[in-house]
Amino acid sequence: MKGAVIPVIIGMGIVTYIPRWLPLFLLTRHPLPPWLIDWLDFIPAAILSALILPAIVTGGEPRHLEWAKPDLWVAFPTLIIALITKSLAGTVVTGMALYWLAVHVYG
Amino acid sequence: MISDDSDAKSDWKKAIRDGLAAAGPICLGYIAIGLAFGVIAHKTGFSPCEIGLMSLIVYAGSSQFIAAAMFGADAGFFPIVLTTFSINLRHLLMSSSLSRYVRNLTVGRLSLFAYGVTDESFAVNMSRFQGGKWGWRQALIVNHSTNLTWIVSTVAGGIGGQFIPKGAFGLDYALMAMFICLLVFQFRRIEQILVSLISGVLAVIFCLIIPGNSYILIAAVISASIGLLLRKRTRRRCEIGGNP
Repeated sequence: MKGAVIPVIIGMGIVTYIPRWLPLFLLTRHPLPPWLIDWLDFIPAAILSALILPAIVTGGEPRHLEWAKPDLWVAFPTLIIALITKSLAGTVVTGMALYWLAVHVYG
Repeated sequence: MISDDSDAKSDWKKAIRDGLAAAGPICLGYIAIGLAFGVIAHKTGFSPCEIGLMSLIVYAGSSQFIAAAMFGADAGFFPIVLTTFSINLRHLLMSSSLSRYVRNLTVGRLSLFAYGVTDESFAVNMSRFQGGKWGWRQALIVNHSTNLTWIVSTVAGGIGGQFIPKGAFGLDYALMAMFICLLVFQFRRIEQILVSLISGVLAVIFCLIIPGNSYILIAAVISASIGLLLRKRTRRRCEIGGNP
């Protein structure tokens, strides 16, 4: 694989930076229409959910549903802790501890 | 002028404190994933220096993993770059969402901020911005302290990652727990809960039938649009189309 690493890294960097930069550049220069503000208001919840759910209920290659992952079962108590405590640090630390326990109990 | 300077200084001091505190959970997760990436990239044949360069220039976890695998399989320039583009296209949505909160910045600062937009920094900054009391300085600190953590962890993984036991301290779950809590913070109205349910289910379906990770973008766009329709119906606002 030697030889062409640097050009590929630079190419990857450019195509990764453009989608990060372009909306920030364009959308901060003009007032946004109200519907777009409303739409963007849903994006965080939508993105987070789309990141979480597939990661905890699917696995393997090719991907298939997987119900036996500790990732899924630890998600329930983690969710409850988040709902009750509303503490990010508390949720992260408890989630990590539960996951560690789950993995070690699983064997 | 003098008071401006000292104002900016104390602003930065506070921003660094707040920003680092908010970045903590992300850094924990990045250490775990960064070490893992370093180990894999090193096995594929990357030098620690190339690993660091990739983390600095690309700075996008999942695409770096896939690029390392493609390098290993001797895929060419265009396949790797195109795959990277499609994987990282989802940041388009995140930057659009963040743009509401970083208006009136110079292009230089905006560009510096854009560089650090990731799934994780987006989620943390977004929930802080929505709660008020969050500024571009804090957000910039979150983006760049997490970036630095990523670079250092990936290089460290490339140098000696194989000596770290797998699954230490449950670190592998840090980011998932963080996402779950940040999703809870989004549950401000019933509409948000509905949208996240729809998005989650759609994402699972698309993830099973479409290869790659475009399912995130597709599920988020569809479900946010459904949320917009729901909100329009419930509000029954009588707006006339077109510009005000």
